[in-house]
Amino acid sequence: MQTNTYNTMAEALRQALREEMKRDERVILLGEDIGKFGGAYSITKGLLDEFGENRVLDTPISEIAIIGAALGSAISGLRPVVEIQYCDFLTCCMDQIVNQAAKTHLMFGGQMNVPMVIRAPLGVSGSRAAQHSQSLESWFAHIPGLKVVVPSNPYDAKGLLKSAIRDNNPVMFFEHKLLYGSKAPGDVGIQKKSEQSSVMESATDEDYTISLGKASIKKEGSDLTIIATMIMVHRCMDIANEFEKKGINIEIIDPRTIVPLDKNAILNSVKKTGRVLIVTEEYPRCNFASELVAIIVDEAFDYLDAPVKRINIMDTPIPFAPVCEKFVLPNKKRIVNAIEQLLQ
Amino acid sequence: METVNIELLKQLYAVMFKIRKFEEELYSLFLTGQMFGTIHQCDGQEAIASGVCANLKKEDYIISTHRGHGHCIAKGISLNKLAAELFGKSTGCCKGMGGSMHIADISVGIMGTTAIVGAGLPITVGLGLSIKTRKTSQVAVCFFGEGASNEGAFHESLNMASIWKLPVIFICENNLYGFSTPVSKVMNIKDVAQRAKSYGMDEIVVDGNDVVAVYDTVKKYIDFVRSGKGPVLIECKTYRHKGHSRFEPANYRTIEEVEEWKKKDPVKCFKNILKENYHQKEEDIKVLEENINAEIKSAIEYAKNSPGPVAEESLKYAYAN
Repeated sequence: MQTNTYNTMAEALRQALREEMKRDERVILLGEDIGKFGGAYSITKGLLDEFGENRVLDTPISEIAIIGAALGSAISGLRPVVEIQYCDFLTCCMDQIVNQAAKTHLMFGGQMNVPMVIRAPLGVSGSRAAQHSQSLESWFAHIPGLKVVVPSNPYDAKGLLKSAIRDNNPVMFFEHKLLYGSKAPGDVGIQKKSEQSSVMESATDEDYTISLGKASIKKEGSDLTIIATMIMVHRCMDIANEFEKKGINIEIIDPRTIVPLDKNAILNSVKKTGRVLIVTEEYPRCNFASELVAIIVDEAFDYLDAPVKRINIMDTPIPFAPVCEKFVLPNKKRIVNAIEQLLQ
Repeated sequence: METVNIELLKQLYAVMFKIRKFEEELYSLFLTGQMFGTIHQCDGQEAIASGVCANLKKEDYIISTHRGHGHCIAKGISLNKLAAELFGKSTGCCKGMGGSMHIADISVGIMGTTAIVGAGLPITVGLGLSIKTRKTSQVAVCFFGEGASNEGAFHESLNMASIWKLPVIFICENNLYGFSTPVSKVMNIKDVAQRAKSYGMDEIVVDGNDVVAVYDTVKKYIDFVRSGKGPVLIECKTYRHKGHSRFEPANYRTIEEVEEWKKKDPVKCFKNILKENYHQKEEDIKVLEENINAEIKSAIEYAKNSPGPVAEESLKYAYAN
């Protein structure tokens, strides 16, 4: 049998959807422009032709009704996967996610499971400006009852999405826009804006899953731990490789899921290196990075040789002008500065 | 009702009476400090729950609101499980995790009651989508108040249900007040049903205090809905006798207005109709009522004597396995 590889995250996600739809006829897709058009980022391209309009549903621009439709069908026998066009638009349907879907299992005493996935692209991707660039994953990590997935490469994205679809809880599945077209090194045609790094692992069409709540150690090291998510994994990987040449060994951990969180992987690394930098693209206040700081301080304080540092997008709505957008991001300069301070 | 079915009429009355007495019993339990939390009572609106649910099969779905005890009783929840839930007991339908505003019993098609105004409509759309996808012949009914029709969720839901021809019945209980605010202050049209028209549905208004009218109207449309021809919205004009919640005195309404509506009390009026138009004897109705009173009393005792959850159970339900 010929085996295929899926070198971009877009291809890997599409393959995950295809495999799960073939495997389980209860899986349906809902979203704006996901049918013939294939979705704003082409993730569902071809799936309408393959599975028909009863399973791939183009919806009105009605985020509340889309999530409600998913929730109602999830509690009555289906396993819907929703695409919300941009993570920013999730703010339009927070009630259905936070007050309804997340609480259904508890409120009704465990009578109903809510096997639904909400996929949403997030992140800065080149002057999309203030309302199409945010990373709001920690909003959802705050809410008991939701799971939150933040993949960094095609291989993980496929395995994690398959697990999310098979999970019996509402899962928020975030996809960084700049990673959609990213390819593993050696592949031709890397998009200009896309990140490339040695941890951009391609997906295969093997029927594998990756458990939610299992971190991935992307690079082993003993001098400093970087915990990074999504595109920041690659940015930090490049920087770590440069430090390696100077004899400094940085360990890079990709949690892969925020909820559930692989605390052990993080704490073990902290105990080994004693120095920690957390790099995510979220806003800095009350975010995933601050949660990690709290956990580390609480459970590994005695192992720390320096204060735990965080690099996030700056504390401002995201500006349009390229020079400003680049400035507020967790860019190379800010990350390198933080590493140097931690190593002093 | 084309051909008079006395048994059905008695059943419609029995359900209304059960709801009324259950709500009255709860009220006195609250007054005497025997219950905690809050309640939103539906006294005065019983005809809608009874008339709608008499058309439904066990496997049909309903979604309701914070004012949902009546709908759940009419859909067939066991009073023991309902009462125990209101007392926060492990024997409750939701193991004491939901309480008065969050009742569900999937064994009789009660798919949840939600306390965010308008939030039940999109979920009911999802139930309709699931019915259509799974090709069963169920219907999904959503109960909501007129206040919900000013929420975006209402409009998104009507539109989505309509374009996909989903088997959904939207039941708007227009009790004329959203908490303290009269509907005339927040809606510039006479009927909520007019809004259905903009989503390609009929404009249906019915006297929500007339249980037979409610029953007949739902009956007229339910085959249409069940056969996949599309959703309907039925606006039922009604009035709540008590305040918005618990001891709220509702002094934003005049005594005259309340008295006028109490003359149209659906339970009392229909009892008179049963006696006068259908020659039911007072003593026969009494027997029916006493049986219901006994059932309610026993349910409250069951609830009071049931074990509560242990504190550690709090952490058991956040996630499903």
